[in-house]
Amino acid sequence: MNPSLFSPEGLAGLIFLILIAVTMFGAVVATCSKRLIRSVTGLAICFVGVAGLYYFLNSPFVAMMQLLIYVGAVCVTLAFAIMLAEPNEAKVARKITGLSGGLAALCGGAMAYALGYAAVHGEWMAAATKINDGSVKTIGVNLLTQYSMVFELVSIVLLVAIIGSLVLARQGRDEE
Amino acid sequence: MDELIRILSYFVGIAAFLGLNLAYLGWVERKGAGHIQRRIGPKDVGPYGLLQPLADGLKLMSKQLVVPDNADRLLYMSAPVLAMVATVILFVTIPWGENLVPREFDYGLIMIFAVASAAGLSILLGGWASGNKYSLIAGTRAVSQSVAFEIPMLITAITIVMITGTMNLNEIIRSQSGMFWNWNVFALDKSILMPISFLVFFVCSMAEINRAPFDLGEAESELVAGYITEYGGMGFGLFMMAEYGNMMIGASLTTILFLGGWQCPFGLFPGPHWFLLKMYFLIWTIVWIRWTYPRTTLWGLLNLSWKYLIPFSLVNLLVTALFIKVF
Repeated sequence: MNPSLFSPEGLAGLIFLILIAVTMFGAVVATCSKRLIRSVTGLAICFVGVAGLYYFLNSPFVAMMQLLIYVGAVCVTLAFAIMLAEPNEAKVARKITGLSGGLAALCGGAMAYALGYAAVHGEWMAAATKINDGSVKTIGVNLLTQYSMVFELVSIVLLVAIIGSLVLARQGRDEE
Repeated sequence: MDELIRILSYFVGIAAFLGLNLAYLGWVERKGAGHIQRRIGPKDVGPYGLLQPLADGLKLMSKQLVVPDNADRLLYMSAPVLAMVATVILFVTIPWGENLVPREFDYGLIMIFAVASAAGLSILLGGWASGNKYSLIAGTRAVSQSVAFEIPMLITAITIVMITGTMNLNEIIRSQSGMFWNWNVFALDKSILMPISFLVFFVCSMAEINRAPFDLGEAESELVAGYITEYGGMGFGLFMMAEYGNMMIGASLTTILFLGGWQCPFGLFPGPHWFLLKMYFLIWTIVWIRWTYPRTTLWGLLNLSWKYLIPFSLVNLLVTALFIKVF
């Protein structure tokens, strides 16, 4: 059964494909461009595509958080770090030898095959029930009951990261 | 099909409203600046200089787009577009009237913060891509400032969400119905610090959109014109229009969260006219402040955020939680 392009299902499928294309395009730009700042831009495009996918899959809250945290905070921080550190633009990554290209293709192909195999043959869980009933509340309740352990562990990870960055900054200061 | 027509008419309506406002806010600012400095401001083109924005627009559009030698051409050209796109997207969830919302979205508040934070990237990219030290410094300044002020702004918004229990902007307005003491600014029974958190939010929104006295991103006395130094023609025009658009968004958000949006102060005839009245009043206040106070220093600005506003907004959060728990 192929829905026609202008039926709601057809349009939804088209939007899904566009979002995937945006995500892939961003990812390719992020990995292939020579200038670091363009890579960051590609990463931002990729994140926007992923946020669009979340929205498409009925999780608007997660989509908004993806935008707020990944595009608004992570990408901005990365761009900031690159500008402050001013890496030498002229020093392009060293020439790739012939063998490594083939090796990369092999690894990539193996991973793609594994993922595809898992996707086709794996047993899928039933689609999550729609949590659109003021889902912030649902998310909050779940975070503080069922997933409270994960929630706390994440905060410990963040604490470690903060302390680590403080230690690094401190060492830099002592040298001067 | 009805939905399609609805979306299209909102699209056209917002585009027209936005275009008109972005052009004429420039006129309002120049006229206001003029009168505050005992000048007349624009006066030659049309009566009271009312056709000045048209003349400006024609001039900007007919100018040649010059890309500097050092610039990263692609990013240089796309940064102003990105700034403008983000600004236009922000208008999608603004409830102008009870039934006048382009898209009533349960996470409207978060969406505005999400898209606005992404807009910071455009300033950074514009500053970097110009290939000019002044622009780069200005870009990093503007972004460090908007990152710093985003935190107290978000925390203050969270107190409102705690009080109203929703992130839907229209629901937030509905919860402030009746006389003006039901507005969140005066809701002393919900949290005793409400009027101050209104001020905090307003100051943060001013810093967030890089308006004077916080316009360190384009400090013309130190950094030529900041991140727009290398932009001419419509590139500059788009950055300018995005700034005015963000000003409108900042004023609308303050109106929605604290001043009851489209609610009438006396519970009579609520509607878009009240929303616009409050929004324009706040916009005028922003213009007024810009031409009254000198620019702060970068350190003063960052200290204001990290040492005063963030601790205060955290205390505010605790006090609000206490009020909700106790009363």
